[in-house]
Amino acid sequence: MIELAIRKQLRTFELDVDVTFERGVTLLTGPSGAGKTTLLRTIAGLVRPDAGRVVLDGRVLDEGRTHVAPYRREVAYVFQDYALFPHLSVLDNVAFGLAARGVARSAQHGTAGAWLERLGIGALARARPHALSGGERQRVALARALAWTPRALMLDEPFAALDPTTRARVRAEVRETLATLDVPVVLVTHDAQDTAAFDAPQVHLERGRTGP
Amino acid sequence: MLRLLIALASALLLAFIVVPLAALYLHLDPRRFLALIVSPPALDALRISLVTTAASLLLTLLFGTPLAYALARGKFPGRTLADAVVDLPIVVPPAVAGLALLFVFGTTGLFAPALAVLHVRLAFTTAAVVLAQLFVGAPFYIRSARAGFGALERVYEDAAATLGSGPLRTFFLVTVPLTLPALAGGAVLAWARALGEFGATIMFAGNLAGVTQTMPLAVYLGLSDGDLDLAAALAIVLVSVALIVVVASRLLERRAA
Repeated sequence: MIELAIRKQLRTFELDVDVTFERGVTLLTGPSGAGKTTLLRTIAGLVRPDAGRVVLDGRVLDEGRTHVAPYRREVAYVFQDYALFPHLSVLDNVAFGLAARGVARSAQHGTAGAWLERLGIGALARARPHALSGGERQRVALARALAWTPRALMLDEPFAALDPTTRARVRAEVRETLATLDVPVVLVTHDAQDTAAFDAPQVHLERGRTGP
Repeated sequence: MLRLLIALASALLLAFIVVPLAALYLHLDPRRFLALIVSPPALDALRISLVTTAASLLLTLLFGTPLAYALARGKFPGRTLADAVVDLPIVVPPAVAGLALLFVFGTTGLFAPALAVLHVRLAFTTAAVVLAQLFVGAPFYIRSARAGFGALERVYEDAAATLGSGPLRTFFLVTVPLTLPALAGGAVLAWARALGEFGATIMFAGNLAGVTQTMPLAVYLGLSDGDLDLAAALAIVLVSVALIVVVASRLLERRAA
């Protein structure tokens, strides 16, 4: 469970939210520039709130002087353009989070390989990200975020970079994968088809405030 | 007509650059060149040049990398000023740089009392050669590295952080590999500038064979001693290295783009 009660001054308005994300998927909706990405980045620790607190499963991540660095939060993040490491193979991208935690190399590759198999892209393990299609990159990004069993998962417009024909298929696959997770998942979207497909609780954000 | 004039002007200036450099190669026949380049004075100069440029490059990387990163990413008061300061050694005449170093590290310089207490003598030692090279060469690396760090999208470092990678690990496994062409290109230029260093070295380190006499200094000594052949042999090595550096930095620039 993520408890978030924060304020953060943005360029033209203030992000001011008090919201709880339970286990399972929550959709974070709202128009572009409403503060959705900032909210997501705050949970991940990439943005520090001006005031308030962020608590994950009872652990205080932000409050007053406390600011737990992103790499100590165990909050996974799938970026809008995926941000796969261009200099690493698909397998090493997925293993990155395990390597950072000191997991032995053979075990890293075993777990990472299993995730690639699970998402149906096992054959791409040795490929470089630039050689992949949009849908494949999306799956690598998801595998990279989940391979080290994070405590929460943030997805920033995960389908926006996909062309319309692959979007529906990838959306169905991602929904299936997310359904197996036992952690809070916050999925940012402003696509009505996403909200229809996921059938999950929604938080609507507009000019920094939550609302109906 | 105009096109002809442009072609003529271009050809003349290019020839003006190429012909003198080619003349160096024509001055010596290959056997004489080989005999000279393995002679003790030449080998001494070669050794001093290699050792000192390796040391100054190491110091450049060690201190220049954090500075370049801070200039590209940091938000601190005086950043613009620091940025300008880094460019100063490129503009300051090398002989002036040598004199300035002497005023700080020389026997009557600013740091002389401290150096005396530590029983360290810097001026006119091999270490002085290294410092002179560091002073004139480091800016080339810092400029290139700063541009490389500045151009790198932060999302890769953010991604590494969310995956549990601490700042140092992220720097070496993500930032450095992704900016390698800029870092390597800058290092090559800085090293080349250090290798060709003359003015600051002769002011601050002198021209002592086997101690501070680098290849450019040996070329100068060859000229003043009337041993033009030795000067030419060393000059050929320096020009050849310069050619390789130009090609290498072009290739790295293309990769960085």
